[in-house]
Amino acid sequence: MRLYAVVAAGGFRRYATYRVATLAGVFTNTVFGFIMAYTYIALWDERPHLGGYDMSQALTYVWLGQALLMTCAMMGGGFEDELMERIRTGDIAVDLYRPADLQLWWMAGDLGRAAFHLLGRGIVPMVLGALAFDLALPGSPWTWLAFLVSVALGVVVSFAVRFLVALSAFWLMDGAGAMQIAWLAGLFFSGMLLPLNLFPGVLGDVARALPWSSLLQVPADVFLGTYAGWDLAGAYAFQAGWAVVLLLAGRLLQSVATRRVVVQGG
Amino acid sequence: MAEVGVEGVVGAEPGIAFAERSRLVEGVRAYGLIVAMWLRSTMAYRASFVMTAVGNFVATGFDFVTIMLMFTHVDVLGGYTLPEIALLYGASATAFGLADLVLGSMDRVGRRVRDGTLDTLLVRPVPVLAQVAADRFALRRLGRITQGLLVLGYALVVLDIEWTPLKVAMLPMMVLSGAAVFGAVFVVGAAFQFYAQDASEVQNAFTYGGTTLLQYPPSVFAKDLVRGVTFVVPLAFVSWLPALYVLGRDYPLDLPRWVAFLPPLVAVGCWVVAGLAWRVGLRAYRSTGS
Repeated sequence: MRLYAVVAAGGFRRYATYRVATLAGVFTNTVFGFIMAYTYIALWDERPHLGGYDMSQALTYVWLGQALLMTCAMMGGGFEDELMERIRTGDIAVDLYRPADLQLWWMAGDLGRAAFHLLGRGIVPMVLGALAFDLALPGSPWTWLAFLVSVALGVVVSFAVRFLVALSAFWLMDGAGAMQIAWLAGLFFSGMLLPLNLFPGVLGDVARALPWSSLLQVPADVFLGTYAGWDLAGAYAFQAGWAVVLLLAGRLLQSVATRRVVVQGG
Repeated sequence: MAEVGVEGVVGAEPGIAFAERSRLVEGVRAYGLIVAMWLRSTMAYRASFVMTAVGNFVATGFDFVTIMLMFTHVDVLGGYTLPEIALLYGASATAFGLADLVLGSMDRVGRRVRDGTLDTLLVRPVPVLAQVAADRFALRRLGRITQGLLVLGYALVVLDIEWTPLKVAMLPMMVLSGAAVFGAVFVVGAAFQFYAQDASEVQNAFTYGGTTLLQYPPSVFAKDLVRGVTFVVPLAFVSWLPALYVLGRDYPLDLPRWVAFLPPLVAVGCWVVAGLAWRVGLRAYRSTGS
């Protein structure tokens, strides 16, 4: 356990080193936040209470999306590049010798990364958004806490998906295509481009049932106070359920893949 | 677009026009050779190429899908109908796609400065800009252009425009000038990375952010934002002003009608600035020494 805490701290520190890059990222998130906020204003002007959100809730949704984009790695950009490269070059054999679990090792590092991105790239855009627009910020500290729990679950789901994608490199060698498809799905089905409440009919039902809705739609709804009591428990169960299923799938794929490596002689 | 750019620089310094001319030819030739090399290398993993090209098409397509999803709830957005927005979108996406295809790898300059591999480019007898621009040339970016052209085509079929020769000429003019303006933004962004080495994301705010902004009508945005992208970073000339002329709609900020014909001039101006920025940036480069 202590080992993984150290790895997580390492993940945090590693991203904390890139100060200028973080500033640049904050700038970009803020610019996109402004562009999206104005398009949402145009949309909600036309149809108030669209998707069950009022204007300030819709604007809050925009800025939450910018704040969580890197935290939940909706467009990728975490450990998966590196893990894929290690699989391609065969360095993965060294990792497998280590007295640490491969999946837990990378997850610990990714949680550290997510924690840094929440602080480094989440807070400032959110504050700037709140200064420029009338946002619906929760009054109760419990809502903030409930939101953080939901974000944490979202990060684990995001990790589990990206771990599966990275392991595909055992079979594909060049995993760029698989990675791109993963981030496309992440971007669209997380609700980053448009809240999933606005997706029509079956598309909406499917989108809300897929794991990616755990990355933004669910945490945002927790933040906006949509869930209370058992509904909140249900939202958590949805996220945790996907986390468990995907982590188990990753574990299964990992054991199949490692056996393959051994058969090939590393 | 690279050609337009170097010519812009020639115009700025007429005294060395002859030497510059041969450097221009040399640069374009080098660009072509490096591009051909990357094409061969990409084709080594054909399945991956197909996946990323399709991915590129779908990724950019999601932007328009988002707008279509918005229009399942409303009839107009900022006073504009879906086909009208499709025209703005198609023009901006195609222009950006062209710039991205030719110069989209420029955001790797920062990484090269950091890890010292820029030195390798400096010692080669080939213009650095050409080498950097062709670096990791990615043909998969055709996906974005295809998507933009499809949306543009849809708009032109559905819209009921009273065509005049000027309006017809406006379409290729706005796409090509727009691509040149975006290309200049890529070069300025790359030049900026000589100073701020790991700040390549700032560039995304202007390039990807710019094209996202232009996909919506100006009436959606606050006046100050529209002023900024008209007079400071002249993105409004990429699609808004010429497209609004084609659509016969009012311009933002009460601009006069003739500004719709300025994009080629604006593009040349942008490249003069970009060429100077690149030179200043390159001169400020100090190797890591590693």
